[in-house]
Amino acid sequence: MYVISRDTTFLGYRRENGRVGVRNHVIILPLDDLSNAAAEAVAHNIKGAMAIPHPYGRLQFGADLELHFRTLIGTGCNPNVAAVVVIGIEDGWTRKVVDGIAATGKPVTGFGIEGHGDHETIMRASKAAREFVQWASEKQREVCGIAELWVSTKCGESDTTSGCGANPTVGNAFDKLYETGNTLVFGETSEITGGERIVAERCRTPEVKERFMFMFNRYQDMINRHKTSDLSDSQPTKGNIAGGLTTIEEKALGNIQKIGKKCLIDGVLDKAEMPTGPGLWFMDSSSAAAEMVTLCAASGYAVHFFPTGQGNVIGNPILPVIKICANPRTVRLMSEHIDVDSSGLLQREITLDQAGDRLLECMLRTANGRLTAAEALGHREFVLTRLYESA
Amino acid sequence: MIHFVLHDARDTVAVVVVEGVKAGMKLEGWVMDEDKSTSVTARQDIPIGHKVALKDMQPGDTVWKYGIDMGKVVAPIQAGEHAHVHNIKTKRW
Repeated sequence: MYVISRDTTFLGYRRENGRVGVRNHVIILPLDDLSNAAAEAVAHNIKGAMAIPHPYGRLQFGADLELHFRTLIGTGCNPNVAAVVVIGIEDGWTRKVVDGIAATGKPVTGFGIEGHGDHETIMRASKAAREFVQWASEKQREVCGIAELWVSTKCGESDTTSGCGANPTVGNAFDKLYETGNTLVFGETSEITGGERIVAERCRTPEVKERFMFMFNRYQDMINRHKTSDLSDSQPTKGNIAGGLTTIEEKALGNIQKIGKKCLIDGVLDKAEMPTGPGLWFMDSSSAAAEMVTLCAASGYAVHFFPTGQGNVIGNPILPVIKICANPRTVRLMSEHIDVDSSGLLQREITLDQAGDRLLECMLRTANGRLTAAEALGHREFVLTRLYESA
Repeated sequence: MIHFVLHDARDTVAVVVVEGVKAGMKLEGWVMDEDKSTSVTARQDIPIGHKVALKDMQPGDTVWKYGIDMGKVVAPIQAGEHAHVHNIKTKRW
């Protein structure tokens, strides 16, 4: 018997559109860099509201602008968010984000700064935020089926123990969650280099395989267009190399242990695109930790599995990030960051099934409300992916 | 005590999973996919997480890990030596 079966339940927040979240955040979401100050002032005024500052949103255009909107709207739509106050420098694009989030049926309102100034905007937005926080504080958790939990994964500061221990732990948990009908995602397009055939063979249909290979080849072309070396300082990273990883192929073969041995890839997503059904999805994405986790949150995922070797400390404002580590040195030196210790796998003290179950147990506790290490430490990395220069 | 692990019995490198591996130590290994044992004697100090070569290799040879091609040898490697960026490079990019 594993920790989860189709009958497993957890206590989540059911949102207006039926999606289930595991957190109850009221967020103050700036449209652009200029609105960060007002958003942070509102979050300072209203206890329980959280600002999510970021550096972009001006003069973007085309696909890059569409991704900006998709990421902000997706973040607001995420079921871990109860209500949203959007603040932008002007009304037009602010309204676009508000309308996108309003489609979920959750409370959302927006404020433009031009013609009002920071003081008046902060006052009006604070009043709205106060109402939202009090409204959200009355929301109760209710019993939800395991399949209603959307789970994402991405690893970081990997080393060789990631491929032997932490990533297979996630893979084992993903194989079990696939059986219980969950909605899952992985990505990191460049970090599949060397393992792309293995991923392609795991695609459920020729169409999915073709779309995956299109995304993979597009990313390779981008790297070949811009590279000035063999990327040996960037991919693998300095931290990866210090941890013993030598080539991108080795890193990729470790990386793809996260998709387990059994589950098939049912579909391919563009960045911050929402999946349309259960199963395992591949999302075309950066391999930089905060960018990828931000995209997972924007796609609607409610819990994240983050295996690390050397000790990446990442979190996210709205998506609980569970850290798994199989490097005994990292577990010893950075214990405050590690939620699940899988180092016993490498000494045969535990089996892979036991390691996967420990992670699933931690996932259920996290879903029921227990804060992850990253949440308790205040890690709220929110990093928007840019596709090219602003106009 | 398991000093190193490898995924596939055909792998030519393996991962050191304990701290304090010194030159001259006899290392016990675990082949994870087949649950078998193997061993090699360390010729150099090797940090935890870094790789030990399991056979002699020459420049141009393919390095195998997970039973799959993980790059090419660029400087001669003897079994038991530290295998990393100084003697292995990517075949991509």
